[in-house]
Amino acid sequence: MADNPQTPPVRGRPLSPHLSIYKWPVTMATSITHRMTGIAISAGMVLVAWGLIALASGPELYQPFTAALANPVGLIVLFGFLWSLTYHFLNGIRHLAWDLGYGFEVPTANRTGVFVMALSVLISAGAFAYAWWMLSKSVPI
Amino acid sequence: MSLETPLHRVQGLGSAHSGVKHFWRERVTAAALIPLSLWFVFSVLLFVGKTESEIAAYFQHPWNALLMATFVIVTCVHMMLGLQVVIDDYVHHPGQRIVLLLLNRAFAWLVGGLSLVALLRLVGG
Repeated sequence: MADNPQTPPVRGRPLSPHLSIYKWPVTMATSITHRMTGIAISAGMVLVAWGLIALASGPELYQPFTAALANPVGLIVLFGFLWSLTYHFLNGIRHLAWDLGYGFEVPTANRTGVFVMALSVLISAGAFAYAWWMLSKSVPI
Repeated sequence: MSLETPLHRVQGLGSAHSGVKHFWRERVTAAALIPLSLWFVFSVLLFVGKTESEIAAYFQHPWNALLMATFVIVTCVHMMLGLQVVIDDYVHHPGQRIVLLLLNRAFAWLVGGLSLVALLRLVGG
């Protein structure tokens, strides 16, 4: 196709404000976090499969699996997986309640959103601290 | 006058060619995963500080083997449905979308299949 000989001049038109300049409402933040944690858990399922394969194959595969989880990067990944699972679990219940017609009013949805966010951090941090404490008790360093 | 065939009208699916099946299956698997994921997380917390043979013995118990298999299957179905929505929403190029949707299916089958085969080997000894 031939080029248009009368190229229209490009003028700096005013743009409508984009997503990035708006203040994030609670419901928007919890919604995008639900998706991101869902993707994170999907990646985490690779760890679950790896763990089962390692367990079924014996020490020569189980040792590298536990070694990979025990180092700092592994622990961060593990905590990310645990928090994602906790958040997606709690927010999923919030979604199911919405589907049944409960809690969809904006003030309620905002309150349950903040609640779910805080509770997910609290529970996953608590569970991680418990695991850490159990480990320090059982393995003499 | 409608050009719709009677069959098309009674199916009530419109141009999307599918109804609420995806939505409904996502909710059903979500509800099933409430007890299943609780069981999974509590099981993993129980494994902390345990030896390899103790963890293997845990999965060799019939109830735990059944729960783990169910957890893996339901999670993979829920994962496949959820990731499908993400791809449908954000990937606008039809070719890329179809490739990603197929890869999504393959990923769910691979992760689920590998987990189940490992679990069977573990239980079978």
